Amino acid sequence: MNVYDVIVIGGGVVGTAVLRSLAAYKAKVLLLEKSSDVACGSSRANSGIVHAGYDAESGTKKAYFNVKGAAMFPSLTAELDVPYQKVGSLVAARKEGLSALEVLRDRGVRNGVKVEILGRDAVRALEPNIADDIEYALYAPEAGVVSPYQLTIAFADHAVTNGAEVRLEEKVIALSKEGALFSVRTEKEVYAARFVVNAAGAGAAEVNALIGEEPYQETHAVGDYYILDHKEAGVVRTVVFPLPDERGKGILVAPTADGNVILGPTSRKVPHEEAERNAVTAEGLLAVREGAARLMKGVNVRSAIRVYAGTRTAVGGDFIIEESAKVPGFYMLLGICSPGLTSAPAIGEYVAEEAAKKLSLEKKEKMIPLPKAFRFRESSAEEIAAKAKEDPAFGRIVCRCEKVTEGEIVRAVHSPVPAKTVDAVKRRVRAGMGRCQGGFCQPRVMEILSRELGIPMTAVRKGDAGSEIAPYEVKDGYETL
Amino acid sequence: MKHFDVVIIGGGPAGMAAALGAREEGASVAILERDVRLGGILNQCIHNGFGLHYFGEELTGPEYAARFREKVLADRGVTVYLEAMVLSLTEERNVTAVSPTQGFIELSAGSIVLAMGCRERSAGAIGLMGTRPAGIYTAGMAQRLSNVGGFLVGKEAVILGSGDIGLIMARRMTSEGAKVKLVMEIMPFSSGLKRNIVQCLQDYDIPLRYSTTVTRVTGKERLTGVYIAPVDEKLQPILEKEEYVPCDTLLLSVGLIPENDLLTGMDVEMSPVTAGAVVDEYRQTSVSGIFSAGNVLHVHDLVDNVSEEAFIAGKSAAQYAAGKLSQGECVSVAAGEGVRYVLPQRVHKGEGKVRLYFRVNKVYRGKSVVVRSGDELLKRKKTMVLAPGEMQQIEIEKSLIKGDISVALEE
Repeated sequence: MNVYDVIVIGGGVVGTAVLRSLAAYKAKVLLLEKSSDVACGSSRANSGIVHAGYDAESGTKKAYFNVKGAAMFPSLTAELDVPYQKVGSLVAARKEGLSALEVLRDRGVRNGVKVEILGRDAVRALEPNIADDIEYALYAPEAGVVSPYQLTIAFADHAVTNGAEVRLEEKVIALSKEGALFSVRTEKEVYAARFVVNAAGAGAAEVNALIGEEPYQETHAVGDYYILDHKEAGVVRTVVFPLPDERGKGILVAPTADGNVILGPTSRKVPHEEAERNAVTAEGLLAVREGAARLMKGVNVRSAIRVYAGTRTAVGGDFIIEESAKVPGFYMLLGICSPGLTSAPAIGEYVAEEAAKKLSLEKKEKMIPLPKAFRFRESSAEEIAAKAKEDPAFGRIVCRCEKVTEGEIVRAVHSPVPAKTVDAVKRRVRAGMGRCQGGFCQPRVMEILSRELGIPMTAVRKGDAGSEIAPYEVKDGYETL
Repeated sequence: MKHFDVVIIGGGPAGMAAALGAREEGASVAILERDVRLGGILNQCIHNGFGLHYFGEELTGPEYAARFREKVLADRGVTVYLEAMVLSLTEERNVTAVSPTQGFIELSAGSIVLAMGCRERSAGAIGLMGTRPAGIYTAGMAQRLSNVGGFLVGKEAVILGSGDIGLIMARRMTSEGAKVKLVMEIMPFSSGLKRNIVQCLQDYDIPLRYSTTVTRVTGKERLTGVYIAPVDEKLQPILEKEEYVPCDTLLLSVGLIPENDLLTGMDVEMSPVTAGAVVDEYRQTSVSGIFSAGNVLHVHDLVDNVSEEAFIAGKSAAQYAAGKLSQGECVSVAAGEGVRYVLPQRVHKGEGKVRLYFRVNKVYRGKSVVVRSGDELLKRKKTMVLAPGEMQQIEIEKSLIKGDISVALEE
């Protein structure tokens, strides 16, 4: 049997951050993910905000990892070549909201976060389209926006480049410990490990239950979002929040790291079985439109290119980041809801250090960097000319809206964690994420997947098993392009 | 940088006809086409019904395209760039593009014809509620998969929207053995052609429900069904009457949007109604030397009209490049009572005839189409039925133009 030093369960941003930090050690590490790709749960459908760190109560794990994580983003995203911009954030308040802002500011100061309260004109200098009745805002210049799924994918790719393994479509169905070794059973294989990290997100309580740990009481909240076309990008410059309430940080308006505008989320409690269904509701979308209009002028929802929903799973008020007392070597990461994305890099480092101490792992001298990817839309005329000469596929635009070339798609299919589905391609290179939403490029992407993976067109999937896009052949076939 | 008299962006039916129009004036022409062949969406329209007006016979889409393609490719005055995606366009008429064989392409032009066509409104754009499974397609995507690729997207379909592609796909999927359970249209009338409703739905006993929409979709990996409901006058679903229709496929035929994204940052006046440029009878936009034709200008229902319009645009663009396009005083053309839009939106005074194209805003019976210029009545035409899905046309004498023109419906 294959014995691993560490097995990480769950390929969201937290699990992959842990894996990547573990890959800095001389260790045999494996990540198991039930879906067909990493970043298939909450990590693909959230606000994509790097929070400055004034929200969480001082002294909590949330506050500690948020502040530590946020500071890592500039260099981390540069190193991993992930879209990120430090745009700053505003918590916008009306006249009566000043005292609430002061509470946030004081908490921010205690948490070691750069924050200040701006008056009417200073707010408008930063955010000209802010709603007319906004009088004050808490400004946090260190806040930013990041592509959450690209960060997750980059963590996984970097880990694999440095010797870690990622196995997709392997749901853990049994977990036990005998002596010093864990036995981790999936639907396909049985693995052995000295240390297990439960980073299963919305499924983490279930994984806990598999080994007899406390199946913490989780709450799941689904939130609806709008994504607006690139052409609306100028409407908002910073991440604009309303004053937070008991349900969370409220409906925000922000630029995305990829140049769109995001509105949302709502917060609707759902039972566990609905947690990963992520169904968008009419009431939710209405609430998002109203919430956005209370914050900003000129937000044109008619330019929406996509609506979606994401799930936030919480366990009480704080993150659970600790080793099981019942089962030593079983490390639990539960309730990593917001600010989980911001905290993930710091959680990853911390958990890897804990595992390394426990297993006496030695650090590698250095890690192999991820190569910088060619992105057509970010390239100059000279770079495009040179790249197309080297490989004509980099001169062949497949996704016209986001300007993605065949070369970029082919590379995604053969990346360290390979993109095997249309959605996996989309998350890596943005083909199909533009204003036509794949109307033109999806059949082309399918053809490329079919060719590169050596599978029939009828087997090409959108995402997980059962999501074949064109499952049947027509009766009397036609010429293929 | 290579120079051409006329550079045409897009090699579909509009681009090809524009090229032939420009060649009639002897201009040097370049077509930049993003696909691997000329023809555009016609290449996936394997049904017949094309060319009745233009060629006086019934052709399939690929046949119609081939007639133009052969002429264009045989003409040594036309340079065709294939797989060439245009990246930028300036008011000074410089164009950049990229292709796998030529790399980065830079062209300058005496005049430009925009012929980029349109795209389909997506599930995201209409805010489709519910989950995000496989099984939801724009009708054109499903059409490409079946007619070019040879693959069928599902076995049990419902269609939202009664646009022509949706109607055509209802028939196509039925002929491939799929069950099309229902076509829904949120409006009380169809945006498709009457002949398609008869030939694609009625002939196959496929029900069409007006004033009905999809309220949400279900299914995690694959679509398992849709909830549908009738809508009130404000187009809001009446949720008490919601019902569930199990299906594995939802096709969307909910509108076409002219693809004018290339014009972002340019000072081309756009029509909020057509989502295309505002043009004169030469199909010249508000930026001189830039012309527009076909579905990028306004969405057509017959390719024959596209060819005719683009031929005018190409010919005029060539005349402009040669400094021969006469441009005197203009009057504006406005949509009056009952009319959604008229195109062109400007007409020059002068000699000859000009044909005005228009669409009505709902179904009318027994109305007269009335064209006025200033206070003068230019034309009055009695009609039987006018529907938004069928583009209308009416011809006027330019010499009769006294002032601004309006097209309206009267008793």
